[in-house]
Amino acid sequence: MLELRKINSGYGAAQVLRDVSLSVAPGEILCLMGRNGAGKTTMMQTIMGLLPLMSGEIMLDGKDVGILPPHEVPRAGIGYIPQGRRLFSGLSVAQNLEVGLQVRNSGKAVLDEVLELFPRLRERMDQPAQTLSGGEQQMLATARALCIEPKVLLLDEPTEGLQPSMIEAIRQVVVKMREAGVAILLVEQRIEAVLSVADRVAFIENGRNGETMSVDALRAEPSIIERYVGV
Amino acid sequence: MEFGPHLLLATLEGAVTAAVLALTAVGLSLVFGVMRVVNIAHGEFYMLGAVIAWYVAHMMGGHPALGFFAALVLAPLLVGAIAVLADITILKRLDYDPERTIVATIGLLYIIQQLTLMTYGPEARPVEAPFNTRIALPWFEWGEDGFQFYYPWGLSTTSYKLAVIGAAAAVLLGVWAMMARTKIGLLMRATQADRDMALAFGIPVERVYALVFGIGAALAALGAVLIVPIQQAHYLMGADPLLLAFIVVIIGGLGSLPGTVLAALFIGLSDGIISVFFSPTLAKILATLLVGLVLVWRPQGLFGTRTA
Repeated sequence: MLELRKINSGYGAAQVLRDVSLSVAPGEILCLMGRNGAGKTTMMQTIMGLLPLMSGEIMLDGKDVGILPPHEVPRAGIGYIPQGRRLFSGLSVAQNLEVGLQVRNSGKAVLDEVLELFPRLRERMDQPAQTLSGGEQQMLATARALCIEPKVLLLDEPTEGLQPSMIEAIRQVVVKMREAGVAILLVEQRIEAVLSVADRVAFIENGRNGETMSVDALRAEPSIIERYVGV
Repeated sequence: MEFGPHLLLATLEGAVTAAVLALTAVGLSLVFGVMRVVNIAHGEFYMLGAVIAWYVAHMMGGHPALGFFAALVLAPLLVGAIAVLADITILKRLDYDPERTIVATIGLLYIIQQLTLMTYGPEARPVEAPFNTRIALPWFEWGEDGFQFYYPWGLSTTSYKLAVIGAAAAVLLGVWAMMARTKIGLLMRATQADRDMALAFGIPVERVYALVFGIGAALAALGAVLIVPIQQAHYLMGADPLLLAFIVVIIGGLGSLPGTVLAALFIGLSDGIISVFFSPTLAKILATLLVGLVLVWRPQGLFGTRTA
């Protein structure tokens, strides 16, 4: 269970998030929606400790991970799939996965499990990461995060710029992770993708909490999406 | 038998310069590549290596080899420890900001230099080579009388100089193996590629930085220990290696280890050869001109990648 309690954060003097609270349960996909600049990526970077937490708490299974130094946050079991993938360029596919495996000393069995989900990566193990296609890079970014056997997954626009078959492949993996009991926080812009995969949706506006509702409630009242995301 | 033999000798002298330069420049390149820190104090770590080598050799007494090999181990370790301390107390507190670390390392340069002057003094002092057999060079050529073989014919090198070249090559191979084959090398390269993602994947970036800064300084110190039986230890000896190391790193491509080694070979050899046949000043002028040309036509260096 990941729980944010009234977190405030931002870049230096420029505060972005103001008193944001939300929680994601194991086996649940919470989708974060909001306009560009609303603070979705800022929230993920704050959870990872990459941006300073000005106040508030970030609880993982009752433990405050907001006070940990950044490199210990993933060791607590939070996997991060950042926007733009941000693979370790210059490293091969295998080495990118190895960096993921060393976070929590996961063994070969974990690697095999992950490669089971992404068989295409197995054929490309020795290839430099930056030479993969866009979809394969997204697979690798996802696989790298899964290598730490996460309790919580943060996905920042994983389907951005991908072709439909790749979007479907990523979606299936996300659903499998939910079935495995992972708590998933997903930033996604495409409404049909949100409706097909999310359990709940949390809107965020100008760095503050908007409404949080179940997907069924959102289906019944789709005009809310227009209010928070429309231009 | 005029030009050829002298070219052979100049090439050997150049190879010694190149070997030491490669060690120094790889240290500088490693620090810049992984940490994005331009370490102006790198030459002073080199100088410290030589000065500490003199102290160690001086205190050990006994056979010169004993003191030299003790220095070969102790000087890089001590200099590496000093660099780690400088990283933790200075660079870390500046958040590794590219501009502020340049100013900070300039300050570090003067502090190290003046402290050395105050304690070690202005003298240049030699460290005795552990072995120094003269090896006469052979030469052969096709002349009017057919094949001629001259040995010995007057010019010679020493066993120590050849050993320097061998030792530098072995250490560089070791650095390569560390970066390409070990876990710590993998973590260093991941940190180099993307610092924030390294943190997001559990890599203690600050510890990696301290280690890299220490290794970089230790490599410079090691180069200096190797050269000090040939050149003597002096508190101002860091300036030239710093300039040459920067030239090499810029030509080779910032952060590219193979490029750095190749550029060190090229600059070291041409420095040796041009110094023998023309003048050392001309060698520096040409090397600096080459840097200018590289910066204009290929700013990322010969082996660098633009987006790295």
